[in-house]
Amino acid sequence: MKALGLHLGVLLTLALAGLLLPDYHQGMLTRVLVMAVFATGYNLAFGYTGLLSLGHALHFSAGMMAAGLAMRDGMAPEAALPLGALAGTVSAALTGILALRTKGVSFMIVTLMFAQAFYLTLLYFGAFTGGDEGFPLPGSARQMFGLDLTQPGPRFTVALLLFGIALLVQAALVRGRFGRSMVAIRENEERSRMLGYNPFTIKLTALTLSGLYAGVAGAAYGLLFGYVGAGFGTTQYSILPMLYVLLGGAGTTLGPLLGAGLMAWLIDAASSLTEASLAIIGAVLIALVVFAPKGILGTIRERGAKWLP
Amino acid sequence: MLQIEGLTAGYGAVTVLREVNLIAEPGRVTCVMGRNGAGKTTLLRSIMGQTTRLSGGIFLNRTPLHNLPAHEVPGHGIGYVPQGRRLFGPLTVAENLQIGLMTRSKSAATLERVLTLFPRLRERLNQQAGTLSGGEQQMLALARALCLEPSVLLLDEPTEGLQPSMIQLIRDSVTSLKAEGVAIILVEQRVEAVLSIADTIAFMAQGQIVETLPAQGIGPEPFQRHIGI
Repeated sequence: MKALGLHLGVLLTLALAGLLLPDYHQGMLTRVLVMAVFATGYNLAFGYTGLLSLGHALHFSAGMMAAGLAMRDGMAPEAALPLGALAGTVSAALTGILALRTKGVSFMIVTLMFAQAFYLTLLYFGAFTGGDEGFPLPGSARQMFGLDLTQPGPRFTVALLLFGIALLVQAALVRGRFGRSMVAIRENEERSRMLGYNPFTIKLTALTLSGLYAGVAGAAYGLLFGYVGAGFGTTQYSILPMLYVLLGGAGTTLGPLLGAGLMAWLIDAASSLTEASLAIIGAVLIALVVFAPKGILGTIRERGAKWLP
Repeated sequence: MLQIEGLTAGYGAVTVLREVNLIAEPGRVTCVMGRNGAGKTTLLRSIMGQTTRLSGGIFLNRTPLHNLPAHEVPGHGIGYVPQGRRLFGPLTVAENLQIGLMTRSKSAATLERVLTLFPRLRERLNQQAGTLSGGEQQMLALARALCLEPSVLLLDEPTEGLQPSMIQLIRDSVTSLKAEGVAIILVEQRVEAVLSIADTIAFMAQGQIVETLPAQGIGPEPFQRHIGI
């Protein structure tokens, strides 16, 4: 109950912030929420199951590209968004079947290679995908359920709705049977097998769910901000969700949102101070890793707030 | 009833067990004894599907278990408490037990029964398993295996490194499980820990069962001959 109250409280606070913030900050929050959906999915794979993937840009860009290309060809966003989700899910399931034959560093490299191969494929078929330059989605294509997604308000509403669903589904999932089995696998695969769990099936399911989240986030990003490009398939977009999760707290339900929000604020604040903003961001990240190795919420939970979901 | 028939198994190319035959009957404790490296732990791991089987078979009530992948064996009601406990250290006692309960979809009634057997665990439900004392960790490992409501229980040196009061507690638990009809295979090094609860003693050497004797009335001579004590 405490956890549900916290989640609903956070969603209510976000809704109020969206109403009160000026357009610029509301736009920033919208972007944070979409990236938090991406990171929430990554948290299922990494935070709860221990799968350190370096290839989630593949699922994010697959979702974005599938939805974007479909909308460019006239598909309605109401159908394009689920199509993006499906693309992310299928890409994660297919690459997972092969990548999960490896473990640890090998798994990281294999997932990275899959993402790089997909990125290069997007560039190779640049005439169709738009390559590095990408392509804009016209305002006329960005109308969903009567909402004009070229406007900040409806954009925020859709982002909040998607994040709310992502958060509550994740919270329910990790509290249930499947969540416990993911944690058991993360803690020790061999011990889990000894107790009757099939590590491959559980890891593949977690990775596929994570791909679903990434696909939704990628499709929503294209739809809400009106731009689709191969650049979203670069390694940077594999690193970002990992960074958000590590920063906010791996294996905590709200860590990905906190990490995404903190990073966005940090980048914004540091770049208004100096051109060498990356140096400030780097220093802050190092300090966080040293003093809060389990991420912010992970450390708070460890130091007393055991109930923190 | 668990039957092991002519089992030859090992790790990859290394053969450890050779033509092992053993029967574990409901309500009876079969104690497997032998020197270090005799193959006792490999025998238990083979039952759990964690080794490479070369020939022979393992049957639970005539159902072959030896072709199953390791993760499907516990679902047939085989509980395993490995040497060194192998708990999920960072998780709480309650979470460790939940993971055990989920294997065979057991309910809160099973948990209640297990906690009645080990009341000390009830007091420590929210404590991290890794911070429990050695005896409490052993209790938790046993309790987790009992969450499966096993018909066969495999115990690998459950009294290793425990103080006498804890050893007595483990021994009482085994006696109570035996009375409930659970077939138990107990691997032990300490003669005094097994004599009062074992029904059969199987001696192992170099991967083979070399002699099987009823525990009742057994003298010191077989122990001296097979394990040098």
